[in-house]
Formats: sequence, structure tokens, C-alpha cells
Amino acid sequence: MSTIRVRAQESDGIVTVRALMTHPMETGTSKDAAGDLIPPHHIDVVTADVGDTNVMTAYWGVTISRNPFFQFQFEGNKGDTLKLAWTDNQGGSDSVEATIG
Amino acid sequence: MTSNKRRVFLKGTLAAGTVGVAVGAGLLAPSKLLAAWPEDAFKARGFEDTLQAALGTTDMPEGDIEISAPEIAENGMVVPVTVETGMSDVSEMALFVVENGSPLTSKYVLGAGAVPMFATRIKMGQSSDVVAAVKSGDTWYSATREVKVTIGGCGG
Repeated sequence: MSTIRVRAQESDGIVTVRALMTHPMETGTSKDAAGDLIPPHHIDVVTADVGDTNVMTAYWGVTISRNPFFQFQFEGNKGDTLKLAWTDNQGGSDSVEATIG
Repeated sequence: MTSNKRRVFLKGTLAAGTVGVAVGAGLLAPSKLLAAWPEDAFKARGFEDTLQAALGTTDMPEGDIEISAPEIAENGMVVPVTVETGMSDVSEMALFVVENGSPLTSKYVLGAGAVPMFATRIKMGQSSDVVAAVKSGDTWYSATREVKVTIGGCGG
């Protein structure tokens, strides 16, 4: 089960991407039940590519909300495949491909 | 300020040199170069220092930039923000919360054909000015919008 849900819709040559990612986005200032600090754990880079072409790169810190939402737009075509990928500061990663509709 | 700029510049040069060596040695695929998280900018404290670390300048003229965000956010853990601009030749965008301990929330590098807009949800520790920065040509422009927060959202 992917951590990423993504929709990419083309209209008048502009593709609108809406993505939801499942991630705790821990700030490093919260405490667990035992009162110990929970270390920062956050998505740091999100990339969006069509084929070999990068269309958007986002760099995120701990102040992006838990289970991040990300919307962006680019000039693109229906039927092309968008690849959305994230990495986090603890070495985690995930990616998903979506056909532009 | 001059010495600070110089420090940042030198740091950048050293970092680039290290990465360059790694690429040359085949340790890094070129695509990995995109994934250089700007640690200094995210770890900077205070708005001015953060601007300097994130953008290399603190001097930003007002730009044709629209920030959509609630006037009053009841929950600082989840504040929806959309940034759009009518400016041309945009290569990068960034979003700051002036009063957050770590003011830089996110930075965006636009790729091929990207429309200069983004929307996300951010955490705000308290009521604050939210500042969007947009790099058009070689110049960073900015816009500011105040968001009042009822319940702060940074840890605790």
C-alpha cells in the first residue's frame, strides 16, 4: 500500500496535481507517552517527474503538517505518466506513478 | 552581513565541491543532485538569518504574489496555504512563517513547464506573518499575509 495518493488532471494543457502523503512529520519537539522527545522525522524532498524530465522539486522542513498535502501545476499532456516520489530524513522513501487524466 | 554572506558562499562552494567529487567518483547518480536538502536554511533561527540562508538575501521587493490562507486558523497544526504569482521567469519559490522557531517551511524548485504556484498545509506555533518569496529572473520578490492562530501547532 503506497503512502502516496495522487491525482493528476489535465485541462487546457495545464496538469493539476493533488497529492496526499502519509507521514508523521514529527517536529522533534513533541514527547511520547514516556515523556521522551520524539526525534524529528519528516519528508525532506518531494520530486515530480514526467519521463526523465523533472517538473517540480519540493524541499520540506518539520513545519509541513502531518500527512502532507501538496498541489502544483505544470504544462503537460493527458495520458503521460507522472512519477511522484518522497524521501525523508531517516532514509525512508516511497514513490508512485499516476497516469495524467 | 558581508561576512555572513561570505560564510554562506564559502559553505556552498565547499558543499558543491564535495558533491562534485562524489559524482565524479560515481558515488551519486546525477538525479540525486536534485535531492540536496538545504539544511542550513531549515535549521536557521530568526527570520532574517533564515532568509539569508535560504535565499542568499534579505532584501526583497514586493512582488505580484498572492497568498491564500485563512485569516484566523483555529488549529495551528494544519494551516492551508496557497501561493500563486503572475510574474514570469520564475525558477524558485519559498514559504516562511516569521514567528516559527524554524521559519522556513518549504522551498520549491520549478522544473520544466511548471506553473508558479503551490499549495500545502503548514504548522504555525502562533499568530504570525506568513511570507512567500518568488525568484523571478535573478531577483527574489515577496508578499506577506498575517494569519492569526487560536491554538498553536508546534510540538508541546
